[in-house]
Amino acid sequence: MLAKTETTQAARSTVGAQVLNFITKWGTVLTIILLLVFFSFASPSFLTASNLITILRSISIVTVIAVGVTMSLTVNGFDLSVGTVATLADALVISMFVWHGWSTVPAILVALLGCLVVAAVNATLIVKFRIPDLLVTLATMFVFEGVALTYTGGGSISQGMPRLDGTPTYGVIPASFRMIGQAPWIILIMLAVVALVHIFLNYTKHGRYLYVVGGNMEAARLSGIPVNRYRTLAYILSCSLAALGGIMLAARLGSSQINAGAGYLMPSVAAAYIGFSVAGQGRPNAIGTFLGAVLVGVLENGLVMLSVPYYSLNIVKGSVLALALAMTYFRKK
Amino acid sequence: MSQPKLHTVAMEGISIEFPGVKALSDVNFELRSGTIHALVGANGAGKSTLMKVLSGAYGHYTGKIFVDGEEVHIRAPRDAKRLGIQIVYQEVDTALIPHLSVAENIMLDVLVNSMGRKQFVNWSQIHASAEQVLRRLNIDLDTRALIQDLSLAQKQMVLIARAIAEETRFLILDEPTAPLSNTETEELFRVVEDLAFNHNVGVVFISHRLPELFAICREITVMRDGTVVTSQPMNGLTAGDVVELMLGRKFEENYAKRPVEIGDTLFEVKGLTELTGKITDVSLTVRSGEIVGVAGLVGAGKTELCKTIFGALPARSGEVLLRGKRLNVSSPYAAVKQGLALVPEERRKEGVLVEESVVTNLTAASLSNFCGPMDFVRKRAERAAARKVIEDLRVKTPSEEQKVAYLSGGNQQKVAVGKWLIAEADIYIFDEPTKGVDVGAKREIFDLIGQLAAMGKGIIYASCELSEILAITDRTYVMYDGRIVKELRTAETTEQEILYWSTGGK
Repeated sequence: MLAKTETTQAARSTVGAQVLNFITKWGTVLTIILLLVFFSFASPSFLTASNLITILRSISIVTVIAVGVTMSLTVNGFDLSVGTVATLADALVISMFVWHGWSTVPAILVALLGCLVVAAVNATLIVKFRIPDLLVTLATMFVFEGVALTYTGGGSISQGMPRLDGTPTYGVIPASFRMIGQAPWIILIMLAVVALVHIFLNYTKHGRYLYVVGGNMEAARLSGIPVNRYRTLAYILSCSLAALGGIMLAARLGSSQINAGAGYLMPSVAAAYIGFSVAGQGRPNAIGTFLGAVLVGVLENGLVMLSVPYYSLNIVKGSVLALALAMTYFRKK
Repeated sequence: MSQPKLHTVAMEGISIEFPGVKALSDVNFELRSGTIHALVGANGAGKSTLMKVLSGAYGHYTGKIFVDGEEVHIRAPRDAKRLGIQIVYQEVDTALIPHLSVAENIMLDVLVNSMGRKQFVNWSQIHASAEQVLRRLNIDLDTRALIQDLSLAQKQMVLIARAIAEETRFLILDEPTAPLSNTETEELFRVVEDLAFNHNVGVVFISHRLPELFAICREITVMRDGTVVTSQPMNGLTAGDVVELMLGRKFEENYAKRPVEIGDTLFEVKGLTELTGKITDVSLTVRSGEIVGVAGLVGAGKTELCKTIFGALPARSGEVLLRGKRLNVSSPYAAVKQGLALVPEERRKEGVLVEESVVTNLTAASLSNFCGPMDFVRKRAERAAARKVIEDLRVKTPSEEQKVAYLSGGNQQKVAVGKWLIAEADIYIFDEPTKGVDVGAKREIFDLIGQLAAMGKGIIYASCELSEILAITDRTYVMYDGRIVKELRTAETTEQEILYWSTGGK
């Protein structure tokens, strides 16, 4: 039996198959390198230290949210509500500063706690009511988008701007909070999130169980793993990371904008799916997701430098997502 | 009425191999129109495989097939359909589309294949044609009813109707009665007899229930281990003869069970009833070191019993006790914590994580034992434990990092069992643990179960393979229709006796 599988594997390992295998494993990294080379020839100011930092800074928020999506993917779920959660966190944290004059730490805690409500709703509907993840988070995406809009009164919030009913505001956004949105801090937060989640998923019992639940829920259940608890955990983590992304966004913008987080959904999903195949992992993982975000970020930055209009960028980003999905699913056949 | 034309299909020297297994070797089989032909054999004898060859599901066979004396090549389902060979598979629900109407399901092949360039469906014609088919079968069923609202038996009728909606000379029914009640079975028999005797169809009838074969079949073919043992007219045979032909002598008969000192009562189940009544009022006891069999046919409720004990199916009433202490088995999680282990029947779906490595599989039920501070996994300890199990159970794998998907069935099963060895349970429940494994692996699994018993564990061994029940259990319960109908001492019983009780003997 064993000898047989080995021979068939050997027979399949023709040169063509090996090349294909190599490309699916390292395609993301190769593409990043190729893009870097291409853009640095096409645009002299591309490969400068300041521009590279700009790229890293620009992908920080996407990466953190994408790592959240990755968490939901580990249990074979899908969290579409991350963009909305980021919007909500943005609105909550800025309103705490501007409307109520709170300081950094309590404001951030309130934003995180507020977003856990979304996680609780998602997890309840998915685990207790057994509604498919995609549909639940699609619904909550709209519900909490509305909640965020209603909370802010349908407008944006920024320092010194009176509330919609005309009440003047006196709160200030602390400089310490604004720092979160600046390099190098925003980049360091992103790297820390990637590193922590990587360790969590690969070296702890809970990470292992998340993957096991995602791999085969029934087998996991019959092994005595509390499946529903781990699915709930995955949604709590995805929401928390999306909320963190929203807080970073608030610090970056220094204000709360209508649906500010919505634009982060698509690139996050793209990054997480591109990350699947990195290094032959074949499953959602933090480092792959980071590289996926780098790929999207480099592409976007380079294209802007080549004067591709911003309104056309989604064509490219969407195509990259389609390509990443094609690579993930084509190999599964 | 003129004498209908006689059609024949003859399979000669059919062999087929799957990776590692020779499923059929040099099989001859002949079927004539206007008769009902029983095809029997123990599990894994090759009945379904042979019929899948005939219906085009397995195109890579060797050998020859003749229809009406002319050689034909059946490499795909459509080849078989063109020759008028139709098959109705056992899994009714996978073949029907639940939210479409009876008519649409009956006429599915027409809707899919014979529309040509037409873009619009002629509904009245579809319903009329479906109606006509149903009338031919003498079945009273509204063609506008939705499949999801039908009973299992009615669904079966719809499938048969679909099969004969196209020209049918030969019809294969793979265990059609397994899920049916007695009255539903009679209704099915009426339809099948009508097809064979009034419409000149040749019917192959696969079933495990011997009495019903004697009721409607004229000819019988018995298979064993991928070959045909005999093919002859039904009359002159008794049920006992058929059982003997089916079983032959197997390795189980020579298997020497390890003698174990049996201790006190370790585990008790009292009046257990599953929430939807899949099992009713089941009570059993297991003593330490004892291997207790749960025998019964497919669908008797063995799997449901195992799962209810383990908390994987909800219980309506009843209790489960370990060493006299009542257990809370509201979920598998709780059951595992309290010392129960289940090796489930559906290995690839429930027993192992095919996409994960051997080591991840082996420690999936006991990972906490390999965790350091902050729940970090101590990978070295984990790997060492995995290697020990791989060595003890002789799992054939290049390393503990190999994906389980690449192991053979027997080795996957050893992994599924090995998981619980590391987890160290008190009660081990095995549900058809030898399904799809070869004889070598079967012997190793038996040895392993013997070792567990010698360690003073309690074993529940559910199987529809009676020879296995006889080979390794000390005592056995027989299930029929979700209830335990008989308790037998293995040393004092026979295969015939168990079969008698598991077919509902009173």
